[in-house]
Amino acid sequence: MTIPADLKYTKSHEWVRLEADGNVTVGITHHAQELLGDMVFVENPVLGRKLTQGEECAVVESVKAASDVYAPIAGEVVAANAEVESAPESINQDAYAAWMFKLKPDSAAALGGLLDAAAYQALVDSEAH
Amino acid sequence: MPFIPHTEDDVQAMLVRIGVPSIDQLFDEIPAGLRSGKLTGVPQGMVEMDIARLMTERAESDGRFLNFTGAGAYEHHIPAAVWQIASRGEFYSAYTPYQAEASQGTLQLLYEFQTMMSSLTGMDVSNTSLYDGASGLAEAVLMAVRAHKTSRRILMPKTVHPIYRQVVHSIVKHQKIELVELDYDPANGITALPDEKDFAALVIPQPNFFGCLEEVDQLTDWAHAQDGLVIGLVNPLALALLTPPGTWGSKGADIAVGEGQPLGSPLSSGGPYFGFMCCKQALVRQMPGRIVGRTVDLDGKPGFTLTLQAREQHIRRAKATSNICSNQGLMTTAATLHMALLGPDGLERVASASHANTLALTEKLRAISGVKQAFAHSVFHETVLQLPIPVADVLRALEAQGIVGGFDLTPYYPELGQALLVCATETKTAADIEKFVEQLKRIVERRNAGPSCTKLVPGPNSKW
Repeated sequence: MTIPADLKYTKSHEWVRLEADGNVTVGITHHAQELLGDMVFVENPVLGRKLTQGEECAVVESVKAASDVYAPIAGEVVAANAEVESAPESINQDAYAAWMFKLKPDSAAALGGLLDAAAYQALVDSEAH
Repeated sequence: MPFIPHTEDDVQAMLVRIGVPSIDQLFDEIPAGLRSGKLTGVPQGMVEMDIARLMTERAESDGRFLNFTGAGAYEHHIPAAVWQIASRGEFYSAYTPYQAEASQGTLQLLYEFQTMMSSLTGMDVSNTSLYDGASGLAEAVLMAVRAHKTSRRILMPKTVHPIYRQVVHSIVKHQKIELVELDYDPANGITALPDEKDFAALVIPQPNFFGCLEEVDQLTDWAHAQDGLVIGLVNPLALALLTPPGTWGSKGADIAVGEGQPLGSPLSSGGPYFGFMCCKQALVRQMPGRIVGRTVDLDGKPGFTLTLQAREQHIRRAKATSNICSNQGLMTTAATLHMALLGPDGLERVASASHANTLALTEKLRAISGVKQAFAHSVFHETVLQLPIPVADVLRALEAQGIVGGFDLTPYYPELGQALLVCATETKTAADIEKFVEQLKRIVERRNAGPSCTKLVPGPNSKW
Protein backbone atom coordinates (compact mmCIF):
# COMPACT_ATOMS: atom_id res chain seq x y z
CA MET A 1 0.00 0.00 0.00
CA THR A 2 2.66 2.55 -0.85
CA ILE A 3 0.73 4.12 -3.74
CA PRO A 4 -2.81 4.99 -2.62
CA ALA A 5 -5.35 4.60 -5.40
CA ASP A 6 -7.28 7.77 -4.56
CA LEU A 7 -4.37 10.19 -5.21
CA LYS A 8 -2.84 11.70 -8.32
CA TYR A 9 0.93 11.75 -8.94
CA THR A 10 3.63 13.56 -10.91
CA LYS A 11 6.71 12.30 -12.68
CA SER A 12 8.75 14.29 -10.17
CA HIS A 13 7.28 12.21 -7.30
CA GLU A 14 4.75 14.57 -5.72
CA TRP A 15 1.34 13.26 -4.68
CA VAL A 16 -1.81 15.39 -5.08
CA ARG A 17 -5.20 15.05 -3.40
CA LEU A 18 -8.29 16.96 -4.50
CA GLU A 19 -10.14 18.18 -1.41
CA ALA A 20 -13.87 18.76 -1.00
CA ASP A 21 -13.36 22.55 -1.11
CA GLY A 22 -11.72 22.37 -4.54
CA ASN A 23 -8.19 22.94 -3.24
CA VAL A 24 -5.46 20.36 -3.70
CA THR A 25 -3.05 19.05 -1.07
CA VAL A 26 0.54 18.26 -2.11
CA GLY A 27 3.26 16.09 -0.59
CA ILE A 28 6.08 13.83 -1.74
CA THR A 29 5.54 10.12 -2.29
CA HIS A 30 6.60 7.20 -0.16
CA HIS A 31 8.94 6.21 -3.00
CA ALA A 32 10.54 9.68 -3.00
CA GLN A 33 11.21 9.64 0.76
CA GLU A 34 12.70 6.16 0.42
CA LEU A 35 15.14 7.43 -2.18
CA LEU A 36 16.05 10.51 -0.15
CA GLY A 37 16.44 8.86 3.26
CA ASP A 38 16.08 10.49 6.68
CA MET A 39 14.50 13.93 6.29
CA VAL A 40 16.09 16.80 8.19
CA PHE A 41 14.55 19.91 6.63
CA VAL A 42 11.45 21.06 4.77
CA GLU A 43 10.99 24.47 3.24
CA ASN A 44 7.50 25.33 2.03
CA PRO A 45 6.39 28.09 -0.35
CA VAL A 46 5.07 31.33 1.16
CA LEU A 47 1.31 31.79 1.36
CA GLY A 48 -0.21 33.66 -1.53
CA ARG A 49 2.53 32.71 -3.97
CA LYS A 50 1.17 31.98 -7.44
CA LEU A 51 2.77 28.94 -9.02
CA THR A 52 2.90 27.71 -12.58
CA GLN A 53 2.83 23.99 -13.26
CA GLY A 54 6.25 22.46 -12.78
CA GLU A 55 7.66 25.50 -10.94
CA GLU A 56 10.15 24.82 -8.14
CA CYS A 57 8.37 25.84 -4.99
CA ALA A 58 9.66 23.84 -2.00
CA VAL A 59 12.72 21.96 -0.79
CA VAL A 60 13.12 18.73 1.12
CA GLU A 61 16.51 17.89 2.54
CA SER A 62 17.66 14.56 3.89
CA VAL A 63 20.90 13.55 5.54
CA LYS A 64 22.31 12.72 2.13
CA ALA A 65 20.59 14.97 -0.41
CA ALA A 66 18.47 18.02 -1.00
CA SER A 67 15.69 17.96 -3.54
CA ASP A 68 13.32 20.51 -5.01
CA VAL A 69 9.59 19.98 -4.95
CA TYR A 70 7.63 21.18 -7.98
CA ALA A 71 4.11 22.55 -8.30
CA PRO A 72 2.07 19.65 -9.76
CA ILE A 73 -0.47 22.06 -11.26
CA ALA A 74 -0.79 25.85 -11.53
CA GLY A 75 -2.38 27.61 -8.58
CA GLU A 76 -2.02 29.81 -5.53
CA VAL A 77 -0.51 28.61 -2.26
CA VAL A 78 -3.29 28.73 0.35
CA ALA A 79 -1.73 26.66 3.17
CA ALA A 80 1.65 25.34 4.27
CA ASN A 81 2.10 22.60 6.84
CA ALA A 82 4.15 24.06 9.70
CA GLU A 83 4.10 20.68 11.51
CA VAL A 84 6.07 19.00 8.76
CA GLU A 85 8.56 21.89 8.80
CA SER A 86 9.21 21.39 12.51
CA ALA A 87 9.19 17.58 12.21
CA PRO A 88 10.57 16.67 8.75
CA GLU A 89 10.90 13.01 9.84
CA SER A 90 7.09 12.76 9.70
CA ILE A 91 7.51 12.41 5.90
CA ASN A 92 9.53 9.24 6.50
CA GLN A 93 6.91 7.95 8.94
CA ASP A 94 3.95 8.45 6.62
CA ALA A 95 4.55 10.31 3.38
CA TYR A 96 0.83 10.56 2.57
CA ALA A 97 -0.17 11.96 5.96
CA ALA A 98 2.70 14.46 6.06
CA TRP A 99 1.35 16.91 3.48
CA MET A 100 3.47 19.94 2.60
CA PHE A 101 1.24 22.63 1.12
CA LYS A 102 -2.18 23.26 -0.42
CA LEU A 103 -2.94 24.97 -3.72
CA LYS A 104 -6.06 26.66 -5.00
CA PRO A 105 -5.92 25.41 -8.61
CA ASP A 106 -6.20 27.87 -11.49
CA SER A 107 -8.16 25.13 -13.24
CA ALA A 108 -9.49 21.91 -11.75
CA ALA A 109 -9.12 20.32 -15.17
CA ALA A 110 -5.33 20.39 -14.77
CA LEU A 111 -5.64 17.42 -12.39
CA GLY A 112 -6.66 15.27 -15.33
CA GLY A 113 -3.15 15.62 -16.77
CA LEU A 114 -1.52 13.97 -13.73
CA LEU A 115 -0.65 10.29 -13.31
CA ASP A 116 -3.06 7.90 -11.61
CA ALA A 117 -1.85 5.25 -9.16
CA ALA A 118 -1.29 2.61 -11.83
CA ALA A 119 0.68 4.96 -14.08
CA TYR A 120 2.79 6.11 -11.13
CA GLN A 121 3.44 2.49 -10.12
CA ALA A 122 4.65 1.87 -13.68
CA LEU A 123 6.95 4.91 -13.43
CA VAL A 124 8.43 3.69 -10.14
CA ASP A 125 8.94 0.22 -11.59
CA SER A 126 10.66 1.61 -14.67
CA GLU A 127 12.99 3.76 -12.56
CA ALA A 128 13.99 0.71 -10.56
CA HIS A 129 15.77 -0.70 -13.61
CA MET B 1 47.90 15.01 5.65
CA PRO B 2 50.81 15.05 3.22
CA PHE B 3 50.28 15.99 -0.37
CA ILE B 4 52.26 13.59 -2.58
CA PRO B 5 52.58 14.57 -6.24
CA HIS B 6 52.75 12.00 -9.02
CA THR B 7 56.21 10.92 -10.06
CA GLU B 8 57.10 10.51 -13.72
CA ASP B 9 56.85 6.72 -13.19
CA ASP B 10 53.34 7.06 -11.74
CA VAL B 11 52.26 9.12 -14.75
CA GLN B 12 53.75 6.63 -17.22
CA ALA B 13 52.15 3.68 -15.44
CA MET B 14 48.73 5.34 -15.57
CA LEU B 15 49.09 6.28 -19.25
CA VAL B 16 50.08 2.70 -20.14
CA ARG B 17 47.13 1.32 -18.16
CA ILE B 18 44.58 3.42 -20.07
CA GLY B 19 46.39 3.05 -23.37
CA VAL B 20 47.11 6.71 -24.07
CA PRO B 21 50.61 7.70 -25.26
CA SER B 22 50.84 11.13 -23.61
CA ILE B 23 49.04 13.49 -21.22
CA ASP B 24 48.56 15.97 -24.05
CA GLN B 25 46.39 13.46 -25.84
CA LEU B 26 43.93 13.52 -22.94
CA PHE B 27 43.12 17.08 -23.97
CA ASP B 28 42.60 16.27 -27.64
CA GLU B 29 38.97 17.30 -27.59
CA ILE B 30 39.93 20.93 -26.88
CA PRO B 31 40.37 22.62 -30.29
CA ALA B 32 43.85 23.98 -30.99
CA GLY B 33 42.49 27.51 -31.30
CA LEU B 34 41.32 27.50 -27.68
CA ARG B 35 44.62 26.37 -26.21
CA SER B 36 46.92 28.84 -24.58
CA GLY B 37 50.08 27.16 -25.83
CA LYS B 38 53.28 27.39 -23.87
CA LEU B 39 53.25 29.84 -20.99
CA THR B 40 56.00 32.05 -22.34
CA GLY B 41 55.55 34.73 -19.66
CA VAL B 42 56.38 32.31 -16.87
CA PRO B 43 60.11 32.26 -16.14
CA GLN B 44 62.16 29.12 -15.58
CA GLY B 45 62.34 27.69 -12.09
CA MET B 46 65.04 29.06 -9.79
CA VAL B 47 67.18 27.37 -7.16
CA GLU B 48 66.56 28.22 -3.53
CA MET B 49 69.55 30.55 -3.19
CA ASP B 50 68.48 32.59 -6.21
CA ILE B 51 64.84 32.77 -5.23
CA ALA B 52 65.76 33.82 -1.68
CA ARG B 53 67.90 36.61 -3.10
CA LEU B 54 65.15 37.72 -5.49
CA MET B 55 62.47 37.79 -2.82
CA THR B 56 64.71 39.70 -0.42
CA GLU B 57 65.36 42.32 -3.10
CA ARG B 58 61.66 42.60 -3.90
CA ALA B 59 60.80 42.96 -0.21
CA GLU B 60 63.44 45.65 0.23
CA SER B 61 62.19 47.55 -2.80
CA ASP B 62 58.84 47.97 -1.01
CA GLY B 63 60.63 50.04 1.62
CA ARG B 64 59.66 50.42 5.27
CA PHE B 65 56.99 53.02 5.64
CA LEU B 66 55.25 54.52 8.59
CA ASN B 67 51.70 53.62 7.60
CA PHE B 68 48.58 55.66 8.31
CA THR B 69 46.39 53.99 5.68
CA GLY B 70 43.52 51.70 6.57
CA ALA B 71 40.67 51.69 4.02
CA GLY B 72 39.87 48.03 4.49
CA ALA B 73 43.27 46.56 5.42
CA TYR B 74 44.68 47.40 8.84
CA GLU B 75 48.13 47.18 10.34
CA HIS B 76 47.94 45.46 13.71
CA HIS B 77 50.47 43.78 15.92
CA ILE B 78 50.37 40.01 15.47
CA PRO B 79 51.87 38.03 18.37
CA ALA B 80 54.88 36.02 17.12
CA ALA B 81 53.28 32.81 18.38
CA VAL B 82 50.40 33.13 15.89
CA TRP B 83 52.38 32.35 12.76
CA GLN B 84 54.85 30.15 14.62
CA ILE B 85 51.94 27.80 15.36
CA ALA B 86 50.03 28.38 12.11
CA SER B 87 53.15 27.43 10.14
CA ARG B 88 53.37 23.99 11.74
CA GLY B 89 53.11 21.17 9.23
CA GLU B 90 49.82 19.98 10.73
CA PHE B 91 48.14 23.28 9.86
CA TYR B 92 50.13 24.57 6.93
CA SER B 93 47.70 24.15 4.07
CA ALA B 94 45.38 26.59 2.37
CA TYR B 95 42.55 24.09 2.14
CA THR B 96 40.03 22.19 4.15
CA PRO B 97 41.34 18.66 3.59
CA TYR B 98 39.32 16.75 1.01
CA GLN B 99 38.79 13.83 3.36
CA ALA B 100 37.86 16.32 6.02
CA GLU B 101 36.96 13.96 8.83
CA ALA B 102 40.41 12.36 8.70
CA SER B 103 41.81 15.73 9.84
CA GLN B 104 40.14 16.09 13.21
CA GLY B 105 42.63 18.72 14.39
CA THR B 106 41.83 21.00 11.47
CA LEU B 107 38.09 20.52 11.96
CA GLN B 108 38.38 21.24 15.68
CA LEU B 109 40.24 24.46 14.93
CA LEU B 110 37.63 25.53 12.38
CA TYR B 111 34.87 24.69 14.87
CA GLU B 112 36.58 26.92 17.43
CA PHE B 113 36.91 29.65 14.79
CA GLN B 114 33.15 29.43 14.16
CA THR B 115 32.47 29.61 17.89
CA MET B 116 34.67 32.71 18.28
CA MET B 117 33.14 34.49 15.28
CA SER B 118 29.59 33.70 16.42
CA SER B 119 30.34 35.10 19.82
CA LEU B 120 32.12 38.19 18.43
CA THR B 121 29.24 39.01 16.04
CA GLY B 122 26.47 37.90 18.42
CA MET B 123 25.04 35.66 15.69
CA ASP B 124 23.81 32.06 15.89
CA VAL B 125 26.09 30.38 13.35
CA SER B 126 29.30 30.98 11.41
CA ASN B 127 30.83 29.31 8.39
CA THR B 128 34.52 28.41 8.16
CA SER B 129 35.37 31.51 6.06
CA LEU B 130 35.13 32.98 2.57
CA TYR B 131 37.75 34.42 0.25
CA ASP B 132 37.74 38.01 1.51
CA GLY B 133 35.47 40.75 2.78
CA ALA B 134 34.43 42.07 -0.63
CA SER B 135 33.45 38.71 -2.16
CA GLY B 136 31.94 37.82 1.22
CA LEU B 137 29.62 40.80 0.88
CA ALA B 138 28.64 39.60 -2.60
CA GLU B 139 27.87 36.17 -1.13
CA ALA B 140 25.76 37.84 1.57
CA VAL B 141 23.82 39.72 -1.13
CA LEU B 142 23.16 36.47 -3.05
CA MET B 143 22.17 34.76 0.20
CA ALA B 144 19.75 37.56 1.12
CA VAL B 145 18.09 37.38 -2.28
CA ARG B 146 17.70 33.59 -1.96
CA ALA B 147 16.26 33.92 1.53
CA HIS B 148 13.92 36.84 0.82
CA LYS B 149 12.37 35.15 -2.23
CA THR B 150 10.19 38.02 -3.45
CA SER B 151 12.61 40.92 -4.06
CA ARG B 152 15.93 41.10 -5.87
CA ARG B 153 16.78 44.67 -4.86
CA ILE B 154 19.62 45.39 -2.45
CA LEU B 155 20.07 48.74 -0.72
CA MET B 156 23.79 49.53 -0.82
CA PRO B 157 24.91 52.69 0.98
CA LYS B 158 27.63 54.81 -0.60
CA THR B 159 29.36 54.55 2.77
CA VAL B 160 30.25 50.93 1.88
CA HIS B 161 33.85 50.52 0.67
CA PRO B 162 33.78 51.61 -3.02
CA ILE B 163 35.85 48.60 -4.09
CA TYR B 164 33.51 46.24 -2.24
CA ARG B 165 30.64 47.83 -4.19
CA GLN B 166 32.52 47.18 -7.45
CA VAL B 167 33.16 43.56 -6.50
CA VAL B 168 29.52 43.00 -5.55
CA HIS B 169 28.44 44.56 -8.84
CA SER B 170 30.80 42.29 -10.81
CA ILE B 171 29.55 39.17 -9.08
CA VAL B 172 25.79 39.83 -9.10
CA LYS B 173 25.25 41.96 -12.22
CA HIS B 174 24.19 39.05 -14.42
CA GLN B 175 21.82 37.61 -11.85
CA LYS B 176 19.05 40.18 -12.22
CA ILE B 177 19.89 41.71 -8.86
CA GLU B 178 19.49 45.46 -8.58
CA LEU B 179 21.93 47.36 -6.37
CA VAL B 180 20.33 50.59 -5.18
CA GLU B 181 22.86 53.17 -3.96
CA LEU B 182 21.93 55.08 -0.82
CA ASP B 183 23.27 58.57 -0.18
CA TYR B 184 24.91 59.68 3.02
CA ASP B 185 24.26 62.70 5.16
CA PRO B 186 26.95 65.20 4.06
CA ALA B 187 27.25 66.62 7.58
CA ASN B 188 27.68 63.35 9.46
CA GLY B 189 29.01 60.91 6.86
CA ILE B 190 26.43 58.28 7.74
CA THR B 191 23.56 56.72 5.83
CA ALA B 192 20.30 58.62 6.07
CA LEU B 193 17.06 56.64 6.49
CA PRO B 194 16.16 55.91 2.87
CA ASP B 195 12.79 56.37 1.25
CA GLU B 196 12.61 52.85 -0.17
CA LYS B 197 10.48 49.77 0.04
CA ASP B 198 10.35 46.40 -1.68
CA PHE B 199 13.93 45.29 -1.17
CA ALA B 200 15.56 42.02 -0.15
CA ALA B 201 18.18 43.51 2.14
CA LEU B 202 19.84 46.63 3.44
CA VAL B 203 23.63 46.56 3.83
CA ILE B 204 24.84 48.39 6.94
CA PRO B 205 28.62 48.98 7.17
CA GLN B 206 29.90 49.39 10.74
CA PRO B 207 32.12 51.30 10.99
CA ASN B 208 31.48 52.63 7.50
CA PHE B 209 34.15 53.38 4.90
CA PHE B 210 34.60 56.90 6.30
CA GLY B 211 35.30 55.38 9.71
CA CYS B 212 31.97 56.78 10.98
CA LEU B 213 29.57 54.83 13.15
CA GLU B 214 26.22 54.26 11.47
CA GLU B 215 22.94 54.42 13.40
CA VAL B 216 22.70 50.65 13.26
CA ASP B 217 19.72 50.18 15.59
CA GLN B 218 17.55 52.65 13.73
CA LEU B 219 18.54 51.32 10.28
CA THR B 220 18.01 47.69 11.32
CA ASP B 221 14.54 48.27 12.75
CA TRP B 222 13.60 50.36 9.71
CA ALA B 223 14.69 47.61 7.27
CA HIS B 224 12.85 44.91 9.23
CA ALA B 225 9.72 47.05 9.30
CA GLN B 226 9.86 47.06 5.47
CA ASP B 227 10.22 43.23 5.43
CA GLY B 228 13.84 43.49 4.30
CA LEU B 229 16.78 41.59 5.72
CA VAL B 230 19.81 43.30 7.25
CA ILE B 231 23.39 42.53 6.22
CA GLY B 232 25.91 43.91 8.71
CA LEU B 233 29.29 44.56 7.10
CA VAL B 234 31.57 44.75 10.11
CA ASN B 235 35.19 45.10 11.15
CA PRO B 236 35.69 42.17 13.53
CA LEU B 237 38.12 44.07 15.72
CA ALA B 238 35.66 46.94 16.15
CA LEU B 239 33.17 44.43 17.56
CA ALA B 240 35.33 44.20 20.68
CA LEU B 241 33.92 47.67 21.47
CA LEU B 242 30.76 48.14 19.41
CA THR B 243 27.34 46.53 19.64
CA PRO B 244 27.55 43.22 17.75
CA PRO B 245 25.26 42.89 14.70
CA GLY B 246 23.31 40.10 16.44
CA THR B 247 21.85 42.69 18.81
CA TRP B 248 21.32 45.62 16.42
CA GLY B 249 17.82 47.05 16.79
CA SER B 250 15.08 44.91 18.27
CA LYS B 251 15.72 41.78 16.16
CA GLY B 252 19.40 41.97 15.21
CA ALA B 253 21.02 41.78 11.79
CA ASP B 254 20.23 38.67 9.76
CA ILE B 255 23.68 38.21 8.23
CA ALA B 256 27.04 39.52 9.44
CA VAL B 257 29.95 39.51 7.05
CA GLY B 258 33.35 41.18 6.81
CA GLU B 259 37.05 41.16 6.19
CA GLY B 260 38.96 39.01 8.65
CA GLN B 261 42.40 40.47 7.95
CA PRO B 262 42.58 42.55 11.17
CA LEU B 263 42.62 39.22 13.06
CA GLY B 264 46.12 37.90 12.57
CA SER B 265 46.79 38.45 8.86
CA PRO B 266 49.66 40.78 7.92
CA LEU B 267 49.05 43.49 5.29
CA SER B 268 51.39 41.62 2.92
CA SER B 269 50.70 43.73 -0.19
CA GLY B 270 47.00 42.97 -0.22
CA GLY B 271 46.57 39.32 0.58
CA PRO B 272 45.77 36.56 1.10
CA TYR B 273 43.08 37.73 3.51
CA PHE B 274 39.84 35.97 4.44
CA GLY B 275 36.16 36.77 4.69
CA PHE B 276 33.89 35.66 7.48
CA MET B 277 30.15 35.18 7.52
CA CYS B 278 27.69 34.56 10.31
CA CYS B 279 23.89 34.44 10.27
CA LYS B 280 20.74 33.67 12.20
CA GLN B 281 19.88 30.00 12.69
CA ALA B 282 16.81 30.33 10.44
CA LEU B 283 19.00 31.26 7.46
CA VAL B 284 21.68 28.61 7.88
CA ARG B 285 20.52 26.56 4.87
CA GLN B 286 21.02 29.58 2.65
CA MET B 287 24.56 30.19 3.91
CA PRO B 288 27.46 29.53 1.53
CA GLY B 289 30.73 27.93 2.56
CA ARG B 290 31.60 25.02 4.77
CA ILE B 291 30.30 24.49 8.29
CA VAL B 292 31.90 22.23 10.88
CA GLY B 293 29.71 20.54 13.47
CA ARG B 294 30.48 18.69 16.69
CA THR B 295 29.09 15.21 17.08
CA VAL B 296 29.84 11.78 18.58
CA ASP B 297 31.16 8.70 16.81
CA LEU B 298 29.83 5.12 17.07
CA ASP B 299 31.56 4.68 20.43
CA GLY B 300 30.08 7.90 21.78
CA LYS B 301 33.37 9.78 21.60
CA PRO B 302 33.23 13.44 20.60
CA GLY B 303 34.40 14.36 17.13
CA PHE B 304 34.02 16.95 14.40
CA THR B 305 32.46 16.68 10.97
CA LEU B 306 31.44 18.86 8.05
CA THR B 307 27.73 19.45 8.38
CA LEU B 308 24.75 20.85 6.42
CA GLN B 309 26.49 19.69 3.27
CA ALA B 310 23.23 19.46 1.31
CA ARG B 311 23.87 23.18 0.60
CA GLU B 312 27.11 22.41 -1.17
CA GLN B 313 27.96 21.77 -4.78
CA HIS B 314 28.95 18.12 -4.48
CA ILE B 315 25.36 17.39 -3.45
CA ARG B 316 23.25 20.28 -4.64
CA ARG B 317 25.10 20.77 -7.96
CA ALA B 318 23.90 23.83 -9.86
CA LYS B 319 21.57 24.78 -7.00
CA ALA B 320 24.30 24.91 -4.36
CA THR B 321 24.26 27.96 -2.10
CA SER B 322 27.63 28.86 -3.60
CA ASN B 323 30.51 27.25 -5.37
CA ILE B 324 32.83 27.98 -2.51
CA CYS B 325 33.94 24.50 -1.57
CA SER B 326 37.20 25.44 0.10
CA ASN B 327 38.12 28.29 2.39
CA GLN B 328 40.99 30.51 3.43
CA GLY B 329 42.01 27.84 5.91
CA LEU B 330 45.46 29.10 6.75
CA MET B 331 44.35 32.69 7.43
CA THR B 332 41.47 31.29 9.48
CA THR B 333 43.95 29.25 11.49
CA ALA B 334 45.95 32.39 12.20
CA ALA B 335 42.79 34.29 13.15
CA THR B 336 41.74 31.57 15.58
CA LEU B 337 45.18 31.58 17.22
CA HIS B 338 45.21 35.38 17.24
CA MET B 339 41.85 35.58 19.01
CA ALA B 340 42.79 32.79 21.41
CA LEU B 341 46.05 34.52 22.36
CA LEU B 342 44.54 38.00 22.75
CA GLY B 343 41.27 36.92 24.32
CA PRO B 344 38.27 39.25 24.59
CA ASP B 345 40.24 41.65 26.83
CA GLY B 346 43.17 41.79 24.44
CA LEU B 347 40.96 42.48 21.44
CA GLU B 348 39.23 45.23 23.40
CA ARG B 349 42.56 46.79 24.35
CA VAL B 350 43.73 46.78 20.71
CA ALA B 351 40.45 48.29 19.55
CA SER B 352 40.51 50.95 22.28
CA ALA B 353 44.13 51.87 21.57
CA SER B 354 43.40 52.17 17.83
CA HIS B 355 40.41 54.38 18.57
CA ALA B 356 42.43 56.56 20.97
CA ASN B 357 45.35 56.89 18.53
CA THR B 358 43.05 57.94 15.70
CA LEU B 359 41.40 60.54 17.94
CA ALA B 360 44.82 61.88 18.97
CA LEU B 361 45.99 62.00 15.36
CA THR B 362 42.81 63.74 14.22
CA GLU B 363 43.03 66.31 16.98
CA LYS B 364 46.58 67.27 15.99
CA LEU B 365 45.93 67.26 12.23
CA ARG B 366 42.87 69.47 12.60
CA ALA B 367 45.05 72.05 14.31
CA ILE B 368 46.96 72.54 11.03
CA SER B 369 45.66 75.60 9.26
CA GLY B 370 43.33 74.64 6.40
CA VAL B 371 42.91 71.00 7.48
CA LYS B 372 39.36 70.06 8.45
CA GLN B 373 37.55 66.96 9.57
CA ALA B 374 34.92 66.15 6.93
CA PHE B 375 32.25 64.80 9.25
CA ALA B 376 31.15 65.77 12.72
CA HIS B 377 30.44 62.22 13.80
CA SER B 378 31.96 59.53 16.03
CA VAL B 379 34.50 57.27 14.41
CA PHE B 380 36.13 53.96 15.29
CA HIS B 381 39.76 54.08 14.11
CA GLU B 382 39.59 55.96 10.82
CA THR B 383 38.48 59.42 9.73
CA VAL B 384 38.15 61.69 6.69
CA LEU B 385 40.19 64.89 6.51
CA GLN B 386 39.78 67.67 3.94
CA LEU B 387 43.01 69.34 2.86
CA PRO B 388 43.61 72.80 1.39
CA ILE B 389 45.90 71.38 -1.32
CA PRO B 390 45.67 68.34 -3.64
CA VAL B 391 45.72 65.02 -1.76
CA ALA B 392 47.79 63.31 -4.45
CA ASP B 393 50.59 65.86 -4.02
CA VAL B 394 50.49 65.54 -0.26
CA LEU B 395 50.72 61.75 -0.40
CA ARG B 396 53.69 61.98 -2.78
CA ALA B 397 55.49 64.42 -0.51
CA LEU B 398 54.78 62.27 2.57
CA GLU B 399 56.02 59.18 0.79
CA ALA B 400 59.34 60.92 0.20
CA GLN B 401 59.52 61.22 4.00
CA GLY B 402 58.82 57.50 4.49
CA ILE B 403 55.17 57.95 5.38
CA VAL B 404 52.15 56.34 3.75
CA GLY B 405 49.76 59.11 4.65
CA GLY B 406 46.32 57.65 4.00
CA PHE B 407 43.87 56.72 1.27
CA ASP B 408 43.05 59.31 -1.43
CA LEU B 409 39.25 59.55 -1.60
CA THR B 410 39.09 62.01 -4.51
CA PRO B 411 38.51 59.43 -7.30
CA TYR B 412 35.68 57.80 -5.34
CA TYR B 413 34.02 60.75 -3.59
CA PRO B 414 34.72 63.87 -5.70
CA GLU B 415 31.96 65.70 -3.80
CA LEU B 416 34.19 65.70 -0.71
CA GLY B 417 36.90 67.77 -2.40
CA GLN B 418 40.50 67.03 -1.40
CA ALA B 419 39.58 64.28 1.04
CA LEU B 420 42.02 61.90 2.72
CA LEU B 421 41.10 58.85 4.79
CA VAL B 422 43.55 58.32 7.66
CA CYS B 423 43.89 55.61 10.27
CA ALA B 424 46.14 55.17 13.32
CA THR B 425 46.02 51.69 14.83
CA GLU B 426 47.54 50.57 18.14
CA THR B 427 50.86 50.09 16.30
CA LYS B 428 51.44 53.87 16.15
CA THR B 429 53.37 55.54 18.95
CA ALA B 430 52.99 59.15 20.04
CA ALA B 431 56.29 59.84 18.22
CA ASP B 432 54.92 58.28 15.00
CA ILE B 433 51.84 60.45 15.19
CA GLU B 434 53.98 63.51 15.91
CA LYS B 435 56.16 62.76 12.89
CA PHE B 436 53.14 62.47 10.58
CA VAL B 437 51.63 65.70 11.93
CA GLU B 438 54.91 67.59 11.59
CA GLN B 439 55.43 66.48 7.99
CA LEU B 440 51.87 67.16 6.91
CA LYS B 441 52.03 70.59 8.54
CA ARG B 442 55.26 71.40 6.73
CA ILE B 443 53.86 70.25 3.36
CA VAL B 444 50.60 72.16 3.71
CA GLU B 445 52.29 75.33 4.97
CA ARG B 446 54.96 75.28 2.29
CA ARG B 447 52.35 74.95 -0.44
CA ASN B 448 50.32 77.76 1.09
CA ALA B 449 53.30 80.07 1.51
CA GLY B 450 53.83 83.03 -0.89
CA PRO B 451 54.70 82.86 -4.59
CA SER B 452 56.54 79.76 -5.68
CA CYS B 453 59.92 80.02 -7.32
CA THR B 454 58.57 79.35 -10.78
CA LYS B 455 57.13 82.84 -10.71
CA LEU B 456 60.54 84.48 -10.28
CA VAL B 457 61.75 86.33 -13.35
CA PRO B 458 65.29 87.50 -14.06
CA GLY B 459 66.00 91.09 -12.91
CA PRO B 460 67.94 93.65 -14.99
CA ASN B 461 71.26 92.71 -13.33
CA SER B 462 70.75 88.93 -13.39
CA LYS B 463 73.44 86.87 -15.00
CA TRP B 464 71.07 84.05 -15.99
